[in-house]
Amino acid sequence: MAATEASPPPRHGLIRLLRQSGSTALSLAITFLGLLAVTFVIARIVPVDPVTAILGERATAAQIAEARARLGLDDPLWQQFGIYVWDVLHGDLGQSIRTREPILSEIFRYFPATLELATIATILGVLIGVPAGVLAATRPGSWPDQLLRLVGLMGYSMPVFWLGLMGLLLFYGELGWVGGPGRLDSAYDMMLDFKVPALTHMILVDTAMAGEWEMFGNAISHIILPASLLGYLSMAYISRMTRSFMMNELGQEYITTARVKGMPEARVIWVHAMRNAAVPLITVIALSYAFLLEGAVLTETIFAWPGLGRYITDALLVNDMPAVLGGTIVVGAVYIGLNILSDLLYRLADPRAR
Amino acid sequence: MTTLEWLSDPNPKSRLQARAAQGWLAWLRFRRNPLAMLGLGITLALVLMSLFAPWLAPHDPIAQALSDRLQPPLTAGHWLGTDDFGRDVWSRILYGSRITLYIVLLVILTAPVAGLVIGTVAGYFGGLVDSILMRITDIFLAFPKLILALALVAVLGPGMVNAVLAIALTSWPPYARVARAETLTVRNSDYIAATRLLGASSARIIWGHVMPMCLPSVIIRVTLDMAGVILTAAGLGFLGLGVQPPLPEWGLMVSAGRKFLFEQWWVATMPGLAIFIVSLGFNLLGDGLRDVLDPRGAGR
Repeated sequence: MAATEASPPPRHGLIRLLRQSGSTALSLAITFLGLLAVTFVIARIVPVDPVTAILGERATAAQIAEARARLGLDDPLWQQFGIYVWDVLHGDLGQSIRTREPILSEIFRYFPATLELATIATILGVLIGVPAGVLAATRPGSWPDQLLRLVGLMGYSMPVFWLGLMGLLLFYGELGWVGGPGRLDSAYDMMLDFKVPALTHMILVDTAMAGEWEMFGNAISHIILPASLLGYLSMAYISRMTRSFMMNELGQEYITTARVKGMPEARVIWVHAMRNAAVPLITVIALSYAFLLEGAVLTETIFAWPGLGRYITDALLVNDMPAVLGGTIVVGAVYIGLNILSDLLYRLADPRAR
Repeated sequence: MTTLEWLSDPNPKSRLQARAAQGWLAWLRFRRNPLAMLGLGITLALVLMSLFAPWLAPHDPIAQALSDRLQPPLTAGHWLGTDDFGRDVWSRILYGSRITLYIVLLVILTAPVAGLVIGTVAGYFGGLVDSILMRITDIFLAFPKLILALALVAVLGPGMVNAVLAIALTSWPPYARVARAETLTVRNSDYIAATRLLGASSARIIWGHVMPMCLPSVIIRVTLDMAGVILTAAGLGFLGLGVQPPLPEWGLMVSAGRKFLFEQWWVATMPGLAIFIVSLGFNLLGDGLRDVLDPRGAGR
């Protein structure tokens, strides 16, 4: 896009930053509206009739007409869409057909579990992926570089549900090193509601805040496997991108200058090159975080993890469309939010982008 | 003149010879990359497997033989074991390769074409058309792929065709982006201006003069995307939303073996291994192709 636009006149830095962020926010708002349009269309063409879903098969014609009027199904489509957008913006995602509870409050209970999993996985991915990528970039073609390339490609090629099953088979079934599916052993699970107030709905945070350290340890033994497997996928992506950004920086003239000055190689790599490579890396990490929220759908099914992915798939199996679409909207909104965030960080970190 | 001399002639006599020589050089470069060759080998093996499945498979993939149920690998006649209906796992994997290949072919015949058309039109016309089309592209990009596919399949109903539709609907936007970027670089070149002065219509310019320039980047993306398509299709199958039983779809087979993972591990392991090997093959192939066809992106 930037190639075709004329460069804007120079302005005061901060104001321009705000203006650009403003236009980013505007375009993302339009994107969000589009996202709602897509879910609205999906909800309209759904073969499950919402009226029958609520009233059952044996409702009378009068009851059906009354329900249709109450649900606003007789209004023109644009009006229905307007009401839909208004409701979503006010946090009303409708009611789950399965549980009859408001979807948003259900998602508030499920989402933290996903967030917890994805956060730990991202931390693992960054801690291993960034140094590995730097190592590969400093010695291109060497055996660590080849190994990383292969490990990365294997990560891209791994069906995440199968990886989860294999992990369970090996580390839980055969070796017994980790806890099985679920967030706690069933003995602890029964005590959970009595002993630990669900403040954040994140099991590690909640148990730690309640001072239940035994339970906390048990929770760690359960989260470590799914988090490591997701972390591997994120590592595969982060390490390859780190490698490519670092290679790019290490080929620049300022690096040659620094080396000629006799600067220690470690400082050249980790301070000079890394500072510049870190800028695009922020975007990559945000993207991989968003990607993990998605990878969590299948992982949560395998590990009986009560997160958003499991919420959506469970709702799918009983044809609870409002819940499926509500979950989709939330995931989409988080995606968009992460995009805004990475864009802002990018502009803050790179003076050239301001 | 031998074929090799014809291919390496520095002064090609015809357009065909020049193109063939280009291809030959690319192949020589490609051949030097052992991982890419491995990927090519896996891909060819997949194609051969699916073509000759009826001759290679020792057993019927669907007929049940309950007396032989859950035989471990390396039993006589079932070297990968049998599943809970006594069906030979190897035969099912062989036939499953047909389903995998079929899904991949359907997706790569639809999504890249749609993306190519949208991207070139947006890039060529620019202005309002570009803004609207790219905004739509962004909206689809804002959805996590698998979740949008889930929602679509939930609406359309499970099944292979619907799974293909859902995957295609979620995978066209990157192609549109790539095609648009390529279009922007050629849009203002002299040969386009010359064609326009000759009176060619916009449709003709886009079809005949812009799209061919976008093809290499799109093709590279396709090979790199195929692994993703396989994984998404298998994921949908695993969740019970894609291909339906008793068809031997690999993701579905993994899901069926999940019930007795700890006792009869092979039922879930073997088809998953097949998914992994095949998508690794496509990834290695795509990676190698990119190094050969697109030196700018090499090493990424």
